[in-house]
Amino acid sequence: MLGEGIAKGLVETARNFFGSYFIKDRLTTVQYPEERLPQAEAARNFPFLVYDGDDWLAGLRCVSCQICEKECPPKCIYIEKSKDKKPDAIGKPQFYPTVFNIDVSVCMSCQICVEVCPFEAIKMDNDFELSTDDRFCGLLWDRHRLALPNSHYQKIHPTDAAVSDAILAEDKAKVDAKAKAAVENKASAATPSVAHVDPGGSSTQ
Amino acid sequence: MIAPETQELTRVTATADGEEGLFELSLGPHHPSTHGVFRMDVVLDGERVVKLKPVFGYLHRNHEKIAEGTSYLASMPYTDRLDYIGSLTNNWAYALSVEKLAGIQVPERAEYIRVITAELTRLQNHASTIGFLLQEMGASGSPLMYGFREREKILDLFETLTGSRMMCNYMRFGGCRVDLPVGWLEQTKKVVADFPRFLDEFENLLTDNEILMARTQGIGVLSKELAIQSGVTGPVLRASGVNYDIRKVDKYGIYDRFDFKIPIGEHGDAFDRYMIRMLEMRESVKILEQALRDIPAGPIMDAKTKLRGFRPKAGEAYGRIESAKGELGFFLISDGSPQPYRYRVRPPSLINLTVLEDMCIGYNVADMIVIFGTIDIVLGEVDR
Repeated sequence: MLGEGIAKGLVETARNFFGSYFIKDRLTTVQYPEERLPQAEAARNFPFLVYDGDDWLAGLRCVSCQICEKECPPKCIYIEKSKDKKPDAIGKPQFYPTVFNIDVSVCMSCQICVEVCPFEAIKMDNDFELSTDDRFCGLLWDRHRLALPNSHYQKIHPTDAAVSDAILAEDKAKVDAKAKAAVENKASAATPSVAHVDPGGSSTQ
Repeated sequence: MIAPETQELTRVTATADGEEGLFELSLGPHHPSTHGVFRMDVVLDGERVVKLKPVFGYLHRNHEKIAEGTSYLASMPYTDRLDYIGSLTNNWAYALSVEKLAGIQVPERAEYIRVITAELTRLQNHASTIGFLLQEMGASGSPLMYGFREREKILDLFETLTGSRMMCNYMRFGGCRVDLPVGWLEQTKKVVADFPRFLDEFENLLTDNEILMARTQGIGVLSKELAIQSGVTGPVLRASGVNYDIRKVDKYGIYDRFDFKIPIGEHGDAFDRYMIRMLEMRESVKILEQALRDIPAGPIMDAKTKLRGFRPKAGEAYGRIESAKGELGFFLISDGSPQPYRYRVRPPSLINLTVLEDMCIGYNVADMIVIFGTIDIVLGEVDR
């Protein structure tokens, strides 16, 4: 019958229009800057460097191994290795990056740097409002701008952060045990009475 | 072989003085109905299409050559950007090829996750394709928005699982990157259970509509013979009446475990291509229901496969899957180094596009847009 399809279509449109007043499924629009949906825990946008403690430079977990620089598909990471060493997250003396730059305009947020990092040093942020009017320096982020505390990571990805903290705690325990054993060996060789020296402290992070 | 004839036909003979003749129209690359940056060089006789030359390459990003200069893993995020509507099927096709090349076994649970994500991708791809098709017919607004509303629910699932809505980068050689988050299966079951309601409403709105029937039935007929000869795959081929679906032919992954049918068209016109997609969505829902019911617990990654320093032994492999648009294949040659020696994508969009001229000749300009819409291309995959 002529016009039947149009009538049916209008019924469908009306169902959606009036339904949008009562049913949440039919009204999916969110008034963005004023109204925001919570982000998924896995949401990723741009990497950041994790640091422990209060001082961003001293606590930086990155040991400048340059694996992420090599594996990055669009090659947007630039690292310069330090000459001297500083203790890393688990207490071993390690190199640190004197320059660590990521080009925001090239990065495609693929998360491969995070996957290949063996030191839990680079993680994905979920801040998506990165646009800037400064298209030169504003898009090349240096290590200071990239550094964010571990508490931020724990806040945005609690599940992943718990796993990463556990891995680091385990590594630290191993290093501590080794150091302790070494000190004990030395101590027992010199004077057997001083057996309980705690070199690194037992606190994690 | 048609070069001289092309020269003859594309000569513009209509003049500003109103003399009759052929008129050459360059449609695109910035035309909204061309789904991106695609140009059609059309020769018109009045309103009728006499000759059509697809011009592509405006979105060429050198994907294949870049892949030959980088590690196997680093190409994975680039495959998201081929057919950016269905990144998870691209991931799967590439992972499948590398797994064939290196002889990697995928754990059971990862296979189920792959089927679930691929079928969800098919659902959202077809929903948005039909929305766009109606948009091009002039029904601007409602059908596209209804399709996108459903797509949004599926993209939310992808974001919860992979961290990104469209650039998922989820599959890895030998499995998947992360396990399903808590509550994901329940959420997916709910979305899948609600999906037939949307399909019923969508069909109620569209399938019997006189305007849709008048605009699509008998338009852009692609014969069975031509479809086979030109290597067309996917819904476009099946709408022409050829029973060819790689999910049934190859039974890659674990598709032999599911009970589903392949919808076949009869006339090969634009309406059949629309209808095939509607029916495929219903079959996808069936597969999803079975997969979500049967998914086992277990590991999601092959324990022996390394993420870094991945070097498959020398050899070659071609892995193909049925993506939402047709046969998506990756051909790889390895010389034992960390980079592929040869990397080639067999994109369904590009090869389906080659029959555009044969489908359009003799129809009006407005029909041409509809026919183009029913092929369902993504320029990222055409140009690569």
